[in-house]
Amino acid sequence: MMATPTLQKPVTEQSTTRRAPAASAAPVGTRRRSSSLVIYFVALVLVGLMLAPIAYIILGGFRSNSEITVDPAGLPVQWNWSNYSDVLGSGVFWGQMANSTIAAVVTTLFVVVLGLMAAFALSRYAFRGRGAVYALFTAGLMFPMTVAITPLYILVRDLGLMNSLAGVIVPQIAFGLPVTVIVLVPFLSAIPRELQEAASIDGCSRLGFFWRMVLPLAVPGVITVGILAFVASWNSYILPLFILNNEAAFTLPLGTQAFASQYSVDTAKVLAFTSLSMIPALIFFSLFERRIVGGLTGAVKG
Amino acid sequence: MATVTAPPLTPTSTPTPGPSTGATARRRRWATRGELALLLGPALIVFCGFVILPVAMAAYYGFFSWSGYGPAVDFVGIRNYVTILTDPDFHEALGHNAFIVVMSLVLQGPLALGLALLLNRKLRFQSVIRVLIFVPYVISEVVVGLGWGLMLQSSGAVNGLLDKTGLGAFAADWISEPGRAIWTLLVIITWKYIGFAVILFLAGLQGIPEELSEAAAIDGASFWQIQRHIVLPLLGPTVRIWAFLSIIGSLQLFDLVWIIWGQYVASTAGTSTMATYMVANGRNAGSYGYGSAVAVVMFLISLAVALLYQRFVLRRDTDGALTGSSK
Repeated sequence: MMATPTLQKPVTEQSTTRRAPAASAAPVGTRRRSSSLVIYFVALVLVGLMLAPIAYIILGGFRSNSEITVDPAGLPVQWNWSNYSDVLGSGVFWGQMANSTIAAVVTTLFVVVLGLMAAFALSRYAFRGRGAVYALFTAGLMFPMTVAITPLYILVRDLGLMNSLAGVIVPQIAFGLPVTVIVLVPFLSAIPRELQEAASIDGCSRLGFFWRMVLPLAVPGVITVGILAFVASWNSYILPLFILNNEAAFTLPLGTQAFASQYSVDTAKVLAFTSLSMIPALIFFSLFERRIVGGLTGAVKG
Repeated sequence: MATVTAPPLTPTSTPTPGPSTGATARRRRWATRGELALLLGPALIVFCGFVILPVAMAAYYGFFSWSGYGPAVDFVGIRNYVTILTDPDFHEALGHNAFIVVMSLVLQGPLALGLALLLNRKLRFQSVIRVLIFVPYVISEVVVGLGWGLMLQSSGAVNGLLDKTGLGAFAADWISEPGRAIWTLLVIITWKYIGFAVILFLAGLQGIPEELSEAAAIDGASFWQIQRHIVLPLLGPTVRIWAFLSIIGSLQLFDLVWIIWGQYVASTAGTSTMATYMVANGRNAGSYGYGSAVAVVMFLISLAVALLYQRFVLRRDTDGALTGSSK
């Protein structure tokens, strides 16, 4: 789903740097300044609207239930750390965190490795059926997991993978591959043919070229698809819902929901659990958001 | 293509001294095939096994009445499909999906375009703003659903805020009131996914050369004229891709509805979708044959929409449009 914006990032970064001098040379009038005030105001409102529900969840975790009942839209009167410390002190949360982490890391690893290999074959080899294979992956892009979930559940059950993380990971890899391949093929195609010729003159096989030249050059693309795969796995809901029935195997989304229904009267603690479950994804995203931009501007010079 | 056009692979097989003999060429071809199998094989096996095969399985089981255990023996022909297509609950769910498809485009499209145009200036904190409006997209549906669910319940923060600001008259039962609930759902969907549209449009806008707008400005075009006649048409491909992704996403909507409304409230509050219908009447009812048939119907509807869209809308863009420009 997120393929396209990131796909266009290379273009973005290039053109930004290219036209930077022209833009700064443009005259800045007073009219422009007042209109940019409007823009800042709109942006501020927008950011406020986007962040308000998140702030509600995080701040709610610091309140007490009576506070929430009396004034549902208020700020914490007394900052109450016990909700968070209770959640952090429970083995349940950390077990689900570990499950989510394992599922996301293994999924990402395999999606990236298998996707890179397939994308390399599709972008650097001319062979019969190449178009058909590419079309197959493109078609996969059009159908999210929802439509296949019932038979997928049967398949995973028949393979004896119910209630195991493997039963979640393998389908996630399969459904992550289309985006990965589609994003990486243009990346790898953009590597100049001369580079490959030069490498082969220096005695490098095509697979050696893959290892020594393509992998380093594809790092920005790999980071992009890696983030997509990681976040998709971290947030995945319908597949664990079908595959994982045993609380010990729950990933964070399932666990958060189970916690919310189990402690439905303890709103403050539910909010604390919910905000703790989203924080890893937020940290991961903000960490790598910078690396995407940095990696792209650095690597796509050629 | 019959011949491998790639450059020589190894020094030993370099045919520079003269035309290569049949034997080395053949060896080279087999080596290439081996490499291809090694590179493509794993991805294709996983993809076919867990994406293509399940769809085929759904098509097969859709013809059976099957509780999910043991072999499927009770062949019922197209009875499942007849039931689906005549079930008012399914019609309702389909209607909700259609409504969400249209309203998502109508609400998110212009809003995201306007925001992207506004933000496509040299702004301080631009990258911070970009990251922040993208945050809801990164958060899981469960967190979004639980958070909004708590905020929107009758005694929740939204009504509390309305009370505080003297707008208490507008307080409502946002979640379970039929007719209102689907608008609530649309607001949540917009909040969650608009960041994606804005980021997509911003990326598209930055691919449009500034020189065009500058030339138009010199010719006396106003800001909005420039946006309307130069920027928007050039942004067309990006908008069409976004609309496609949005339509497919709306047709498959499940997580948010299931988390906020659950199986039973979704049908009474009028927010059920084809996917929630499928899970409620398939897995949760122990009718895997029926659930598979619903999956097939969903698949066919999505496929038809995707093909029609590609045929009539994306056709205008050059090939590879689905995946964005790869120039």
